[in-house]
Amino acid sequence: MATTFDWGAAEWERAQQRGGGGALARMREDAWGRFVSRGFPTTRDEEWRFTGVGPIAEGAFALAPPLSSGDGVDDHRVPDVAAELVFVNGRYVPALSRIDALPQAVRIGSLASSMTITPDVVTRHLSRIAPSESQPFVALNTAFLHDGAFIELPAGAIVERPIHLLFLTTPQVRLKADTPTVMTHPRVLVILGANSQASIVETYAGPPGTDYFTNTVAEIVVGDNAVLSHVKLQYEGADAFHVGATHVHVQRSGTYVSNAINLGGGLARNDIAVVLRGEGVDCTLNGLYCADADRLVDNHTTIDHANPHCGSREIYKGILADRARGVFNGKIIVRPDAQKTDAKQTNRALLLSEDARINTKPQLEIFANDVKCTHGAAVGQLDEEALFYVRSRGLSDVDARHLLIRAFASDVVNRVPIDAVRSSVEGRLYRQLSRILPSAA
Amino acid sequence: MLKVTNLHAGIAGREILRGIDLSIDAGQVHAIMGPNGSGKSTLARVLAGHPEYVVTAGEVVFDGQDLLSMDPESRARAGVFMAFQYPVEIPGVNNAYFLKAALNALRAHRGEEPLDAMDFMVLVRDRMKQLGMDETLLNRPVNEGFSGGEKKRNEIFQMAVLEPRLAILDETDSGLDIDALKVVANGVNAMRRPDRASLLVTHYQRLLDYVVPDVVHVLADGRIVRSGGKELALELEEKGYGWLPAYAEASARPANAPDARGRG
Repeated sequence: MATTFDWGAAEWERAQQRGGGGALARMREDAWGRFVSRGFPTTRDEEWRFTGVGPIAEGAFALAPPLSSGDGVDDHRVPDVAAELVFVNGRYVPALSRIDALPQAVRIGSLASSMTITPDVVTRHLSRIAPSESQPFVALNTAFLHDGAFIELPAGAIVERPIHLLFLTTPQVRLKADTPTVMTHPRVLVILGANSQASIVETYAGPPGTDYFTNTVAEIVVGDNAVLSHVKLQYEGADAFHVGATHVHVQRSGTYVSNAINLGGGLARNDIAVVLRGEGVDCTLNGLYCADADRLVDNHTTIDHANPHCGSREIYKGILADRARGVFNGKIIVRPDAQKTDAKQTNRALLLSEDARINTKPQLEIFANDVKCTHGAAVGQLDEEALFYVRSRGLSDVDARHLLIRAFASDVVNRVPIDAVRSSVEGRLYRQLSRILPSAA
Repeated sequence: MLKVTNLHAGIAGREILRGIDLSIDAGQVHAIMGPNGSGKSTLARVLAGHPEYVVTAGEVVFDGQDLLSMDPESRARAGVFMAFQYPVEIPGVNNAYFLKAALNALRAHRGEEPLDAMDFMVLVRDRMKQLGMDETLLNRPVNEGFSGGEKKRNEIFQMAVLEPRLAILDETDSGLDIDALKVVANGVNAMRRPDRASLLVTHYQRLLDYVVPDVVHVLADGRIVRSGGKELALELEEKGYGWLPAYAEASARPANAPDARGRG
């Protein structure tokens, strides 16, 4: 059922003036039609049971104005990269970006320019992987599709150093209380040819104190025997809305490793859906989230074992303080043909206060008979005996809690590839814990 | 150094210690022996400040300070160390990192500069050598996947690095092979200095073959029923606890009752 969306139509009309005609205009129009007829999801939708998006539906967002500089770009840069594409308010900013010499025929650039230069390459894949039909926020993203990142590696190309995509929102100062806050709808399209290899880091960031809205979609194809390491750092401002969907197709013997780090946002929803489209695929999903105050973090993952002899490993860990809420829904589908599937899922949540809550649901749908699937979910508080043990060695109560929480997160943190990225995750998590735990001993 | 007067304490509304009087001077090693359920481990844990235990009466003075009013970390910083009967596993925390954090917390309390990684490793290697311990223990997560003996050795290793003024060993000798037992004994004997003291809570007389105590106490049903010299331990070894007036009552409780859960 459609929810109020008065602000949307005018903004959508306005967005169409930004250009990109032909096939793209039709794609946007179709998606807009689909979004309008379906509307925002409500908590009556099974997939959105615990996450009300009323504040987004009833908010009034305007497309973020293009800016050629962004506050805090330097805080988020990743050193020693093959390429770093910086997007401010959803628009690619070449002056802030750099792309080093790349192996021949590797394409890395903004989606807007790629659609102009090589429209047929882009439209061959765009909107074919993320389903606008069933996912309203994907439809909304497509309806507003204008810019983002396009990465294409031809067969056999190896890009060893990371490719960093930085999406920064810099809302303008609101002059009047009723001035709408801003939204962006960035799109990422990654195509890895057979036997290619890449490491991609996406960062989403913005300032606290403003309720801007990021609605991002990534579409990824990992070709035969290709390897992709993918990190998504969600560092949005503490009052921001972040809705992200990552849709991945992995072909025969491909490897996809995801590290989804959610440390920001006032309301954050992350969907990761991976379809294992050939035999021998290896899929790893690691996740870490931490929220305090009244923030909400929702992680929905789907691993679709559509073929035999594939393996998937998933570990998600969450830390919730104050009145924060967490949602974890981990769906693993094993289709009738997917014999010899080996799937393992673990999700654990640490509740640091009596008012923190987690809704956690492993969802195994197994239609094959010769498979190995395990899942484990655990929700708990810090272990009192461990706390006493650490304190009895002289560490203060606060330091002991720090130590144990960091220990809880460590097996996910330690899996984050790229030293600088791992340090950034650690630093951010530790600063957040310092805020959560009272500093007085 | 430590003076315990009429200490009453319990857990979950059940009184376990029923009036303990105990005085330990600097330079001394005391052993506390007694049957299961007598309150040995409770005494150790109450002295270390375990938050589950409630003190209902009595007083504990350590170096002139009211120990019972202090939180566990303040007790540690004042120089009290308890080797746990069941050391806690902390996955994700490197053993060396943990020990360095602990040592530097104690040093900060004494107004000393934190030890840097180099100086810390020099100290740690020295203590490991002294105790005849395997260095690979350092880079494993605290107690995770350690055998029972490795956990106990790790406690003694922590003690050797942290150099407490009062070391309380809560059945550290239980379940050890002779090599590990010697490590524990070495650790306690190395602690033997005029300004330090040890309290060995033990179920078996065997440790006392390697560490000669100055005073042996027999604890039964929450009270010290006898104290004596090292010969008392031998007497207990020979006669067992059957002669204790309270023992008959204690052993009559069903073995699986919650209060017989090896809290000692």
